[in-house]
Amino acid sequence: MARYTLQRFIYMLITLFIIATATFFLMKLLPGSPLQNQEKLSPEQQQIILEKYGLNDPVPVQYIRYLGNLAKGDLGVSFQYDNRPVTQLISDRIGPSAQLGFQALVFGTIVGILLGVIAAVRHNTAIDYTATILAVLGISIPSFVFGGLLQYYIGVKLKLLPVAFWEGFEYTIMPTLALSVFVIASIARFMRTEMLEVLGSDYILTARAKGISGFGVIFKHGLRNAMIPIITILGPMAVNLMTGTLVIEQIFAVPGLGEQFVRSINLNDYPVIMGTTIFYSALFILVIFIVDLLYGLIDPRIRLAGGKK
Amino acid sequence: MKKKLSIFFVLLLVASMVLAACGGKKEEDKTANEGEKPAQEAPAKEQVLNLLETSEIPSLDSTLATDSVSFRVMNNVFEGLYRLDQNNEPTPGMAESYEVSEDGKVYTFKLRDAKWSNGEPVTANDFVYAWRKALDPNTGAEYAYIMYDIKNAEEVNTGKVPVDQLGVKAVDEKTLQVELKNPIPYFLSLLAFPTFYPQNEKFVKEQGDKYGLEANTTLYNGPFVLSEWKHEQSFQLKKNEQYWDAQTVKLETINFNIVKDVATGVNLYETNKADRVGLSAEFVDKYSSDKNFKTKSEPVLFFIRMNQKNEVLKNVNARKAIAMGFDKEAMVATILNNGSKAANYFVPEGFVTGPNGKDFREENGDLVKFNAEEAKKYWEQAKKELGKDKVTLELLNYDSESAKKIGEFLKEQLETNLPGLTVNIKQQPFKQKLDLESKMQYELSFAGWGPDYQDPMTFIDMFVTNGAHNQTGWSNAEYDKLVQDAKTTLLSDLQARWDAMVKAEKILLDEAVIAPMYQRGAAYLEREYVKGIVDHPFGPDNSYKWAYIE
Repeated sequence: MARYTLQRFIYMLITLFIIATATFFLMKLLPGSPLQNQEKLSPEQQQIILEKYGLNDPVPVQYIRYLGNLAKGDLGVSFQYDNRPVTQLISDRIGPSAQLGFQALVFGTIVGILLGVIAAVRHNTAIDYTATILAVLGISIPSFVFGGLLQYYIGVKLKLLPVAFWEGFEYTIMPTLALSVFVIASIARFMRTEMLEVLGSDYILTARAKGISGFGVIFKHGLRNAMIPIITILGPMAVNLMTGTLVIEQIFAVPGLGEQFVRSINLNDYPVIMGTTIFYSALFILVIFIVDLLYGLIDPRIRLAGGKK
Repeated sequence: MKKKLSIFFVLLLVASMVLAACGGKKEEDKTANEGEKPAQEAPAKEQVLNLLETSEIPSLDSTLATDSVSFRVMNNVFEGLYRLDQNNEPTPGMAESYEVSEDGKVYTFKLRDAKWSNGEPVTANDFVYAWRKALDPNTGAEYAYIMYDIKNAEEVNTGKVPVDQLGVKAVDEKTLQVELKNPIPYFLSLLAFPTFYPQNEKFVKEQGDKYGLEANTTLYNGPFVLSEWKHEQSFQLKKNEQYWDAQTVKLETINFNIVKDVATGVNLYETNKADRVGLSAEFVDKYSSDKNFKTKSEPVLFFIRMNQKNEVLKNVNARKAIAMGFDKEAMVATILNNGSKAANYFVPEGFVTGPNGKDFREENGDLVKFNAEEAKKYWEQAKKELGKDKVTLELLNYDSESAKKIGEFLKEQLETNLPGLTVNIKQQPFKQKLDLESKMQYELSFAGWGPDYQDPMTFIDMFVTNGAHNQTGWSNAEYDKLVQDAKTTLLSDLQARWDAMVKAEKILLDEAVIAPMYQRGAAYLEREYVKGIVDHPFGPDNSYKWAYIE
């Protein structure tokens, strides 16, 4: 297990290095400069400033310098937020994004699993069809439409919840709901399909034949086996949700990380592009690793250390 | 196995509680803060203004800031020698009075007894320090050029002479002497621009890298102080009791929340969480009859640049045809719908008045109006001269919502009104558009310009031969001479200087160097109890110094 973990860790570092390198060179292909006031500056004035930030050096030189700083844990300072360290920029914003993502994930997964299981157990009944329709709607309605409708009807018309801002738990309810719709729908669909397959398999039949109660069969034998594909999609979904979503954060004025990545690309804010990419990738790689470990936890047949060479 | 699974869920639960607790803590902090609020001295209305801002404050370092959000905040928490008053005239700020030498080149400012928010006095050295810092090439200040009228400023900024050669010196603690390269007539209003704000050297050096990054690592000398700054979320201004003119300031608190989505802003306004909110075109119809609906005109002009390296656009008749060939009124009414005005001119309306007290627009009026028939005549003439029947031009555009729609509108209008013309739209990211324009790799382009200082020259000098922002290849000796004279010899006769600029604008549009489209406007909703927010035409957009709740 330890050896496996170490091996995976090294692979993770290599992956990260490749991502950082590719991003760096692709980013340098972006047209334009990171100057904020570009349209007002003459070419000579632009040169003075680019010189100051070392952006007139050849790209490979900039790349080596960047890697050097990265190795020291220094992600540089932002251009759009003058002199603000990128690490601070990310750490200031990741909290709300992570909280929202996490809430949406937990809520969405629980509801999704329940919905999926019910649909599978009551296969081809009105309940199944309703659940399926809900799932299709959830997948196809963009979250900004759902978010906008929630905000208008629940926030403005009914005044049940605050319209926007980030000041306490009640402020997180609507964005969480808006975000979790997609989670619910995806999980429910997967769960239904998997559950149907599992419930039709021989060992379930055996279990039933042995006289185990219906509830026991579904949750003890069925659910655990049906969870494997769910775990697989849950990992990347978690990263996506917890690193912030542009649209929902904008609609509910959540002070999250969601917009930074897109914004930094539009503004050619090189250090922020690199910082957010590396952060996002590292998180992603880590989650994939955790998912691999979870497989073993949920299904003993998949044992990482078990496959001795 | 069941145990492990349940442990996993228990962990999830614990984590969710921890996160929820984080959220809860924030709220506790907030209520604690509210509890500390000083008891109101019972005015008619609580003097609290709730506003929205479109982004996190990018910078609070006056030498580095470039954007409107930073400028808006800075104008209300800092103060330069002068600030713009309710009528947009420069009024003394940190300065109490000034004397100017006979040649108009040496200004001596007497500073008033003003204090920084930590109680230290604002001194002449605070200005010397900040201005040198802004021009020091090692600072990389993007607005350094705005100071180029000061003696040696450009030389300092380009590293040709050391910073101590800058024409600014502290004669004593309360006397600041500024030497100019040319006796510009708009110097006092220029001093209201954020790059000219002072900075307390000792404090800035103590804070080092952290200066201007947090509410408590910044020092204030304006009508308000930044009392709280939650990044990406909100910030709060409180009345600055140390401010020299604190008796004028009525507002106790201004709360800003960061809201990027216009629809969200409108919903917050509807639920009384915001007192003033900007509207985009799609909301104008819904609210245009609302009693709180307002529009304002801004001195920002949008126009089509025409690259004269292109053989068609080198032809003056072709350019005139284009400049007259699209319906600007329809453009502002149907696409923008926010108080923007069709522009038949280059120097915006309501931006600057001359020595004779007249607005610049009263002098020249409409110079190039939409006229489909005239346009067609010029176009036929141009085609004849060029010996062409069919012409294809590319319109360089960028990816903003209104720019996209206007691009389509222009294409349709020009192709309809000018037979034989095909317009292809080339849409680029904004920064790439700027790059292509400056390299003159375009034919037509969607361009805009806003003022840097309160003088027509900020527009007029764009189009001098080989000017950095000319970007059309146009060159006209008479125009160049008018601009040159207005910048030098005519500085002693301001009316003649004014007339020269009036004449220059006429030449520019007679030759149809550009095709003006519209002067930008903005629509917003403002609650009826909000009074006295002042909008400014250049530099920072708003002052809250005189605002109050009724």
